[in-house]
Amino acid sequence: MTEGSSAEAELSVRVSSIRITDVTQDGDVLTFAIASQKLNSSAGVCVFRTYEDFDWLQQSLFSQENLPGLHGIIFPPLPSKALPSQSNTQTKALKQLGFLALGQAWQSYSKALEFYLQQVATHPTLCKCNALDSFLINSESPGRQRGRKGIFNRLSQAVEEMRKESHKDVDNFFQNERIKNTNLAALSKVATEKLLDVVMTEQKLALACGHFSTSLHLCVNQDDAAAVAFSKVCLKLSDIIEAVKRNFEKAGSSNLSTLGLGLDLESRYQEAEKEMLFRRTCKLIELETVKKSTEKAKANKREVMEAFQKAVEKEFSLISSVAKQEIERFHSSRVNVLKNFLIGWCEQQLNTAKEFAELYSQHLEACRNMYTE
Amino acid sequence: MAASSERSPPPFPDSEEPELLEDSDEGADAFTGTSISEMDSPSPDSTRPPKDIFNEPLEDIFSDPLSNINSEPQKKVDTKIPSPSSDEVVDLFSDPLDDDSEVISSPEVQNPMPDLLNEPVQAPKSDVLGEPPVHKNAARQQYIFEDPPKGSSKSSSVKKAASAELFGDEDEEDLFKELPKVVTKKPQPLGPPVDVFTEVKSDVKVKPQVKDDPTDLFTEEALTAPAPKPSASSSSSRTNGVHSEEHDLFSEATVELSLDSPRNDRKKKDAVKPSVSAPVAPVASSSSKAPSKTLEELEEEESEDTFDLNISVTNPEKVGDGMNAYMAYKVSTQTSLTMFRSKMFTVRRRFSDFLGLYEKLSEKHSQNGYIVPPPPEKSILGMTKVKVGKEDPSSAEFVERRRAALERYLQRVVSHPSLLQDPDVREFLEKEELPRAVSTQALSGAGFLKMLNKATDAVSKMTIKMNEQDVWFDEKIQDVENEEQHMRKLHIMVESLVNHRKELSGNTAVFAKSVAMLGSSEDNTALSRALSQLAEVEDRIEQIHQEKAANDFFTFSELLADYIRLLGAVKGCFDQRMKAWQRWQDAENMLQKKREAEAKLLWANKPDKLQQAKDEIAEWEAKVTQYEREFERISATVRKEVIRFDKEKARDFKRQIIKYLESLLNSQQQLIKYWEAFLPEAKAIA
Repeated sequence: MTEGSSAEAELSVRVSSIRITDVTQDGDVLTFAIASQKLNSSAGVCVFRTYEDFDWLQQSLFSQENLPGLHGIIFPPLPSKALPSQSNTQTKALKQLGFLALGQAWQSYSKALEFYLQQVATHPTLCKCNALDSFLINSESPGRQRGRKGIFNRLSQAVEEMRKESHKDVDNFFQNERIKNTNLAALSKVATEKLLDVVMTEQKLALACGHFSTSLHLCVNQDDAAAVAFSKVCLKLSDIIEAVKRNFEKAGSSNLSTLGLGLDLESRYQEAEKEMLFRRTCKLIELETVKKSTEKAKANKREVMEAFQKAVEKEFSLISSVAKQEIERFHSSRVNVLKNFLIGWCEQQLNTAKEFAELYSQHLEACRNMYTE
Repeated sequence: MAASSERSPPPFPDSEEPELLEDSDEGADAFTGTSISEMDSPSPDSTRPPKDIFNEPLEDIFSDPLSNINSEPQKKVDTKIPSPSSDEVVDLFSDPLDDDSEVISSPEVQNPMPDLLNEPVQAPKSDVLGEPPVHKNAARQQYIFEDPPKGSSKSSSVKKAASAELFGDEDEEDLFKELPKVVTKKPQPLGPPVDVFTEVKSDVKVKPQVKDDPTDLFTEEALTAPAPKPSASSSSSRTNGVHSEEHDLFSEATVELSLDSPRNDRKKKDAVKPSVSAPVAPVASSSSKAPSKTLEELEEEESEDTFDLNISVTNPEKVGDGMNAYMAYKVSTQTSLTMFRSKMFTVRRRFSDFLGLYEKLSEKHSQNGYIVPPPPEKSILGMTKVKVGKEDPSSAEFVERRRAALERYLQRVVSHPSLLQDPDVREFLEKEELPRAVSTQALSGAGFLKMLNKATDAVSKMTIKMNEQDVWFDEKIQDVENEEQHMRKLHIMVESLVNHRKELSGNTAVFAKSVAMLGSSEDNTALSRALSQLAEVEDRIEQIHQEKAANDFFTFSELLADYIRLLGAVKGCFDQRMKAWQRWQDAENMLQKKREAEAKLLWANKPDKLQQAKDEIAEWEAKVTQYEREFERISATVRKEVIRFDKEKARDFKRQIIKYLESLLNSQQQLIKYWEAFLPEAKAIA
C-alpha cells in the first residue's frame, strides 16, 4: 500500500496509472498493451507483453534473492493462462478461467491482469523488485527464460499438500488463520461459480429475448386494418422484448465486471494466502525435523546441528512475522477491494434498474395509447 | 306427459254422456288437485259428502285399474321416464293453480268422499305398480294417506263405478303422473291422444333444457307437494293447485281431446291455454328468439357485453381416489345480463364437462362457420401425475395452468355474442347438475381419433381443389396458415425464455445461499453484515425472477398456446366453408348431369321419362340454389368471424402486453428499492 518508499529500486512509474489498454489476439497468443506514466514526468510508457512475460514476472518475484522472509509474502495471484484457440470450447475455458473467460475480447481477462500488476506495484516489498520495473518500462520483452519453480512448483505442492496441510501449527494465530482461509477459499470459490452461473443464465436469457424479438417481426402483416393493428402490437412487443434483452445484457455485464471480478479476485487471493500459509507450514515442518535430528545428533555433530537449527528457527520466525504482516495487510486490503466492488456493483445494478424502469414506463405509456387511436 | 294426456282423453268421451262427465273432467283437472284433496279429504271427509264422484271412481278403479295396472306396470315405468316433461308443469303452475282451484272447489266438495272410497283400491295396486318407478316419496305418502279412507268407502262407491271409471283412471294417473293407462285407453279415443302427444312434443322441443333434467323438476315438485297436503281443507284447494300444476299437463291434453265435452272443457281450455302459451313464449324467446334479436345489438357492443359477464374458474379440487379421480372446478359467474336467473351463481364442473360443452357447441355452431373457442387439451400425463402424486409442485403447476386455461376458454366462449346465447352455455353456467359428458375421450389429447380426423381432413383438402373466387379468403387462408407457423415458432421461443427464467431464479437462489455462507464465515463484521444483506437481496431478486417466469409463462406462452388452438378453429371454419362449397359444386355437377340426361331423352324422344327428368332438374336446381345460399351464408359468417377474431386477437395481445409491461415495471421498481436499500450497507463496510 505504501508506495515503494524505500530508497533502493524505486518503481519508476505511477502505480495508479498502470493500465492495460488493449489486447490483440494472434493465433494462440494474446498480446497486452500496458500503459503507465512516469513518476517524474508526464511522459507515458507503453509496452507490449504476452502471458509468458507475466509469468516471467511472477517467477522473478518468487525467486528474489536475498529477500528475507520471502516465503511469508502473499504474492498477488496471476490468473492462469488463457488459451484463445482452445477456448472455442467455451465450457472448458469457463472451467479453467471462470469469469475471466467472459466478456468481449478478453476484457475481463486483461482487467484481471491489470489488477494483478497494480497489486504487485502497490505491494511494499514486491514493488522493489527490478523485474517489475523492467516489465513495465523496457520496450523489449524481458528474457524468455523460465525462472526455476523450486518450492513454488504447484505440482510438487499438490503432492505434499495432503500430508502437510493438516499439520498442527505451533502458533494459534496461524492455526486459526489456516482454518479460516481454507473455509473462505472454498466458499468464495463456490460463490464465484454460482455468480458465474447467474451471469451465464442472464446471457442465455438475453439471447432468448433476442430470438423472440426477432421472431415477432415475422408476424408483421400489412394486409388489412386488423392485421396492421396486430402487427403494431407485435412490433411493440418486439421493442419491449428487445429492451428486456438489453436489460439482461446490462445486468449481466455489470455483474461480471464488478462483483464477478471481485469475487474472482477474492477467491484467487484466498488461494494465494493459502499457498503462503502452506509455505510457512513447510518451513515449520522442516524446523521440527531439524529439531528432532538435533536432539538425536551425536555430540560431535551437535554444535553444527544446533547452529543449523538456529538458522532455520530464525528464518521461520522471520517468515512468521512477515506472514503476520502480510495477513493483516491482506485482510484490510481485501475488505477494501470487496467493498469497492460491491459498491460499484450495487450502483450499476441500481442504474440499470432505474434506466429500464424508465424505459418500461415509456413503453407502457406508448402501449396504452397505441390502439385507441 | 304424453301418457297422462292420453289418460285424460278417455274420461272425456265418457263424460260426454252424463253430466257427471263435466264434473269428472273438472275432477280430472282437479285430480291433480284432487289427488291432494283426496289426501286432505280424510279430515274434511265429513264436510264433503258428494257421492256422485264417489261411486264412480270405485268401480272404475276396480275394473280398469286392475286390468290396466296389471298389463301396464311395465309400460308405466317406460312411459314415466318420458313423462318427466314436467316443464310444462312448472309453466302451468301459476295459471293452472287459480283455474284448478276454482274448478275444483265446486267438484271437490263432492269428490272427497268418493275419491277416498275409490282410491283405496286403486291406490294399493297403483302403488305397487307405479310407485317403484316414480321414486317420489311425496307421492307415496299421498297414496298411503288416501288408501285408508278409500278402503272404507269402497263398498258404497262400487255402484257408481261405471261413471266413476273416468275419475278413477284419472286419479291414478294424476297421482302417479304415469302413463300406464295410455295403452288401455288409446283404443277409445284414438284421435285425442295423438294430439296430445304432438302438443307435448312440441312443447318439449321448445324447451330443450327442461328435457335434460326432468327428474330434478319432478323431485322438487314432489317434495314441495307433500308438505301442503296434510294441511286443512282450505289449504287443500291450494295443495290441489300444486298438484294440478303437475297435472296441468294432463288437463291441457284433456282440454284438447275433449273438444266435444261441455262448457267445463272450454273453461279449462281457456284457463289452460293461456297458461301453456305463456310459459312457452318466454322459453322460446330465451332460447331461439333472443339470439336473433340480440345478435345485432351484441355485435355492436361486444366489448360491453363481455364486461357484463364475469366468469372465473376457481378452487380446483381433486375428487375421488386413484385412477378414477378427477378435478372439479368452481365456475362462478357474475353478470347483469337478464338472460340469467340471478346476478351471481356458482356451479361445480369437472374437466370433461368443459370438453362436453365444447363438443356440443362445435356440433351446433362450427358448421355454420362460427369459430368455437377450443378448450385446453386433455393431458393424460399431467392428470396421471395429479392422480398419483400427492403434493408435487409440478402437478400443482399443471392444475393451476389448466384452471387458468379453462377460465380463459369460458371467457372466450361467453364473449362470443352467438355462443353466449346458446342454451348449452347457459346451462353449463347455471345448472346445478349436468349429465355426465361422454365420449370426451375422443377429444382428449392428441388421440388416435384426432389424428385420424386430421388425416381425413388433409386428404379431403387434397382432393377438394377449390378454385377460390374470393381474393379475401384466398389471402386470409394463407395468412392464417402463416400465422400459425409463426405462433408455433414464437411459442417455442417463449418456452425457452420461460425455462431460462426459471433457471435464473434457481441460480440466483443458490448464489444467495453461497453468499450467505460466505457472509457467515467472514471475520470483518461490516463485510459479513453486508454479505448477509446481499444474500437477502438476492433472495428477493430470486422471488422476482420467479414471478417473472410465471408472468412470462402466463402472459405469453399460454396466450400463444391458446391462439395456436384458436387458429386451428379458424382453419376449421375455412374447411367448413370449403365443404359447403363442395356441396354446392356437387349439386351443380349433378344438375348438369340431369340436364344432359334430359337433353338425351329429348333427343331420343322419350316423353314418358321426360317429365321425371324435368322434376329431377327442378329438384336439383332448388338444391343448387339452396347450397349456393348456404355457401354464401357461411362465407359471410366466416368472414365476419375471422374479422372479429383478428380484432379480438389484437386486443387480446395488447391487453397482455400492457399487463406484462406493468408487471415488468413493477418488478423493476422493486429491484430499485432493493438496491437502494443495499447501497448504504455496502458503503458502510469499513
